[in-house]
Amino acid sequence: MTKPLLEMQGLRKQYGTVEVLKGVDCTMRQGEVISIIGSSGSGKTTMLRCINMLEEFQGGRILIDGEAIGYDEIAGVRRRKSEKEIARQRALTGMAFQQFNLFPHLSAAQNVMLGLIKVKKMSRDEARVVAEQWLGRVGLSARADHYPGQLSGGQQQRVAIARAIAMNPRLMLFDEVTSALDPELVGEVLQVIKGLAAEGMSMLLVTHEMRFAYEVSSRVIFMNQGVIVEQGDPKEMFLRPGTERLAEFLKSSSFQ
Amino acid sequence: MGYTLNFAAVWRSFDLLLGGLLLSLELAAVALVIGAAIGLVVAFALAGGPAFLRRPAQLYVTVIRNLPILVLILFTYFALPQLGIRLDKNPSFVLTLAIYAGAYLAEVFRAGLLSVPRGVKEAGLAIGLTPMQIRTSLVVPLMIRNVLPSLSSTLISLFKDTSLAAAIAVPELTFEARKINVETFRVIEVWTVTSALYVVTCAVLAALMRLIERRLAIPK
Repeated sequence: MTKPLLEMQGLRKQYGTVEVLKGVDCTMRQGEVISIIGSSGSGKTTMLRCINMLEEFQGGRILIDGEAIGYDEIAGVRRRKSEKEIARQRALTGMAFQQFNLFPHLSAAQNVMLGLIKVKKMSRDEARVVAEQWLGRVGLSARADHYPGQLSGGQQQRVAIARAIAMNPRLMLFDEVTSALDPELVGEVLQVIKGLAAEGMSMLLVTHEMRFAYEVSSRVIFMNQGVIVEQGDPKEMFLRPGTERLAEFLKSSSFQ
Repeated sequence: MGYTLNFAAVWRSFDLLLGGLLLSLELAAVALVIGAAIGLVVAFALAGGPAFLRRPAQLYVTVIRNLPILVLILFTYFALPQLGIRLDKNPSFVLTLAIYAGAYLAEVFRAGLLSVPRGVKEAGLAIGLTPMQIRTSLVVPLMIRNVLPSLSSTLISLFKDTSLAAAIAVPELTFEARKINVETFRVIEVWTVTSALYVVTCAVLAALMRLIERRLAIPK
């Protein structure tokens, strides 16, 4: 049995007195593509953001390749790791955001190059080669020197995915990456993600695209009110939901 | 009205005025560099720094912005030596102007920092940049672009404020003009030429800033 890529053990997170994650347990193996579904406020995005420490969490552990993320526990005392150490751990995962979040003052290529230069310590020339390679992979070779403001939403999101993947992460996190896109631009982004899945990239996707989750995932996780209610094979779960909550959720979502 | 205009005396001393103008520009430039450094650090403290940094930063901005700059100049030059801090008049004035500008620039930069979208910083974190790398590669470059228009007016104010250095006999433009005035009695001529020099210089500074703005503009 190989070591799991990602483990969450009793993950708890609260904003003030409101508990948004109430003990999430999950194990993910290398190469898995997991879609996280659930209504808004169920904790999906928060869980994703805990994995790369964009959110602090108050209880439980997250392990990537067996390495504890974000906090050290010495003699029962929990302490946040140093910023430098957390920055290094964040680079283990790549993330694509709902709002793309490209660096507006940098061209598409420079967006991809920044992390390669600053984090991976590549030379500009090396970084440029890698950036062009990944922009080619997402179909944007011709747009390398365009600025985010000159690109469509779908193109921006593809640059953002290239920026994350170019860092060669162990795991990709996709946070509702098509939710801010015009309907006709959704396809091109999903196509890129499908391609990455086919190549064996490990991925966690928070998504509202039920059809896509159904087609691309090796596993689906259904969250409700801060806990995982149900998980399993998408074909099985979508056609024969094991809980009332999931059945209701599927009925109210666009999946049929 | 027995006054006939005669610019000859002013032209004879024109190199003095130009020398004064040059010194004014120098004073403003040095004060801007030091003031911008102060302003940047204070702005970061004001916008989300820990309380032990934010409180002193707030105190600094409040005190300095509520003091007339002339009082500040006189205080630094005449009162500080009594406390054992003795500075020559040029450094004394530059330091005062820098501290004064720092308080205004801190507010300008703070507004700029708040305009940098959170998502951009998060995207920086997500690729593994450290908080300091995010500041230098993302936050400051974006903030500067946002504040360039207000920076331009601060720079022009700063340059005009150098005229107050005349109060402590720093030989900048206004001081030289007053000297020529006293020596030649060509009152209207001296102050007309001096005013023109200020106006032209400010217009050139504004044009330069617009050029920088265009250079740094993000293509859309």
